[in-house]
Amino acid sequence: MTMLLKVEDLKTEFKTERGIVKAVDGVSYDVNEGEIIGLVGESGCGKSVSQLSLLRLIPIPPGRIVDGRAFFEGEDLLCMKDEKIRSVRGRKIAMIFQEPMTSLNPALTICRQMTEMLELHLKMDLKTAKERSIELLEKVGIPDAKRRIYDYPHQFSGGMRQRVMVAMAISCNPKLIIADEPTTALDATIQAQLLELINQMVQQSHTAMVLVTHNLGVVARYAQRINVMYAGRIVEAGTVDEIWEQPAHPYTIGLLQSVPKLGAQAGKKLVPIQGLPPNLINLPPTCPFLPRCRYKSRECYREPWGELRHLGGRHYVRCHLDIRGEL
Amino acid sequence: MTTYILRRIVQSFVVVIFVTVMVFLVMRLLPGDPVLMLVTSGELQEFTQEQIDALREELGLTNPLYIQYVDWLRKAVSGDLGKSLLHRYDIAEEIKRRLPVSLHLGAFSFIIGITVGSLLGAISALRRGKWVDMLVTVAANIGITAPPFWLGILLIYILGLYLGWLPIYGYTSPFVDFGKSMLQSIMPIFCMSLFPIASTARLMRSSVIEVIQQDYIRTAWSKGLNEKIIVIRHVLKNALMPVVTMQGTVLRNIIGGSVVIETVFFVPGMGLLLTNSILAHDYTVVQGIILILALAVVFSNLVIDIIYGWLDPRIQYE
Repeated sequence: MTMLLKVEDLKTEFKTERGIVKAVDGVSYDVNEGEIIGLVGESGCGKSVSQLSLLRLIPIPPGRIVDGRAFFEGEDLLCMKDEKIRSVRGRKIAMIFQEPMTSLNPALTICRQMTEMLELHLKMDLKTAKERSIELLEKVGIPDAKRRIYDYPHQFSGGMRQRVMVAMAISCNPKLIIADEPTTALDATIQAQLLELINQMVQQSHTAMVLVTHNLGVVARYAQRINVMYAGRIVEAGTVDEIWEQPAHPYTIGLLQSVPKLGAQAGKKLVPIQGLPPNLINLPPTCPFLPRCRYKSRECYREPWGELRHLGGRHYVRCHLDIRGEL
Repeated sequence: MTTYILRRIVQSFVVVIFVTVMVFLVMRLLPGDPVLMLVTSGELQEFTQEQIDALREELGLTNPLYIQYVDWLRKAVSGDLGKSLLHRYDIAEEIKRRLPVSLHLGAFSFIIGITVGSLLGAISALRRGKWVDMLVTVAANIGITAPPFWLGILLIYILGLYLGWLPIYGYTSPFVDFGKSMLQSIMPIFCMSLFPIASTARLMRSSVIEVIQQDYIRTAWSKGLNEKIIVIRHVLKNALMPVVTMQGTVLRNIIGGSVVIETVFFVPGMGLLLTNSILAHDYTVVQGIILILALAVVFSNLVIDIIYGWLDPRIQYE
C-alpha cells in the first residue's frame, strides 16, 4: 500500500483572551491509499481542528498553524500556495462536516452547490455538471433527484442533507475524504444508514477516509486503524484489533468500557470516565489525563508527558504504565 | 404567494386610509385658519364677517368633519385631489409636476444608498481591522449622526458660497439641461443619501462578518472555491437579507428627509410644497401630498418584502 498522507508534528493554536489554546500539539499519523482511519476522542480534544488544519480551513486569526508538515502525494499541504491548496480542496481531499443543518448554503439550490464543484475542478459545463449531480444524488439515495436537485437545503431533512454532503464530497472522485463526525447530529437509525452509505461509497471508489468520531463502536466497524486523541495529542494508535483486544492507554480503556455492548448482562452499568477533559490553556507538563486516570501511580506525577512508545505491530501508546488488556 | 400579495395590498390600503384620517384631523387641530390666511394674504381690503362666512361655505369647510372627509376621499379615489384652498390651483396637476423632481432626487439617493452602502459595508467586513474598515466605520458613524439640514447648510456655505463650485439652490430637469441638473442635484442628493449609505454600510458590515463565520462558508472553502466566488455567490446573497429588510426604514427616511432637504436647497418638489402648505394651513394640499407619500411608503415596503422572499427561499408567503 502506498502512503497517501503523512502528517508530522502538527501544531495548531488559538489565541484567546485567556491565553493560547494548544488545540493540536504535535500530532503525527499517516493514511494509506484506500484505508479508513478512525480518529477518536472527546469533544474539544483537537480532532476536528487537526483535520481542518490540513486543508488550512481554521480561521486565521485567532487560529494559527504553528508547526508541522502534512505531505499529501509528496507535497506539503501546509506550505502550499493558496492557489495550489484550492486545487486540492474538494478535488483531492473532500470534507463532510458535522452539522448538516448549517453546512449547506440556505440561499442556494442544491444544484448550484453541487455543480459549482464539478465546473471548477472537472471543467464540466453546466449541463453535464447537472446530469452528473443528479446521478450522484441518486447514488446516495435521494429519491426523485431530478426534481429535488432544484430544492433548497431547508426543504431536506437532516439525514437527507448529509446525504447531499456525501454526494458533494465524492463528486470529484477525491483521494481522501475527511468525515468530521458525519453522523453526530443525526438520530441513531439515520446514523447507521449514513455510515453504511459513506462506507459503501469509499469502498466502491477505493477512497481513503479519516473518520473523526467520538464513537469507538463506529470506528471498530468501519476503520482499519485507530488514532485516539486526548488534549491535542495522539495517546494511542494501532489497528482496530490491537486496540480492541489490548488497549494500552487508560483513556482508551475508559472509552471502551463506556461503549454499550449488545449481549452484555442486563442491568450492568456502563463505566464512565470520571471528571472532565482538561482546559487546553497552560497544560501541566505531566500527563493531562492524570487527574482522571484509574491507574495513576506516584511516578506519574514526577514524569513529564512521554513520547509514543512502540508496543509491537502498529501499536503505539503514550503512557509508561504497562496495563495492556486490563479491561 | 398571490394570496399573500393580495392580502398585503388590502392591508396597505387600510394603512393609507388611517394615515389620511390622521392627517385630516391633525391639520384641523392645528391652531390657525386657512380662511383667515386667505383673507389676510392678498389685498389689504377689509372683509366683512358675511364675506368670510360665505367663503368658508364655498370652500366646504362648514360641513361636519366626516362629510368633509368622505367628500374628499370620494374625489381622491377618482383621482381628483381638489384645489388648493389658498391659491386655487389643481392639486393633482401640481403634484404631477412636482413628483418627478422629488422622485429624481429620492430615487438617486436610494440607489446610491443601497449600492454604495452595501459595497462599503462588505469591503469593510472583508478587510476587518484594516485601515479601510476603520475609515468606513468612522465615516458611517458620522453619516448616521449628522443632521441633513445642518450638513446642507454647511455644504451651501463651503461649496456654494465660499468656494463657489456648486449652485446653492434650485432644480433643473436633466432633460432640459443635463449639466446644470447634475451640478444642482449633487448637494441635495449627497445630503439625502448620506444616512442611507451610512446605515446600510453599518448593517452590511455586521451582516457580512456574521455570514463569513457560518458553517456553509467553511463548506464553500472546503470545496476549493476562490475568494471571489465565495464572496459573490455565497456571502453576498445571505448578507443582503437583513440589509434589504432595512431598506423600508431607509426609504421612509428619504421621503421624510426630502421635505427638509428640498426646503434647504429650495428644490421645487413635493417636500417644499408640503412645508409651505403646512405653514399656510392649506388643508387640501397637505392631504393630497400625504396621500401620495403614504402610498409610496406602503407599496415600496410591499415590494421590499417580495424581494426579500426571493433572496431568502426559506421565507414562505402563506
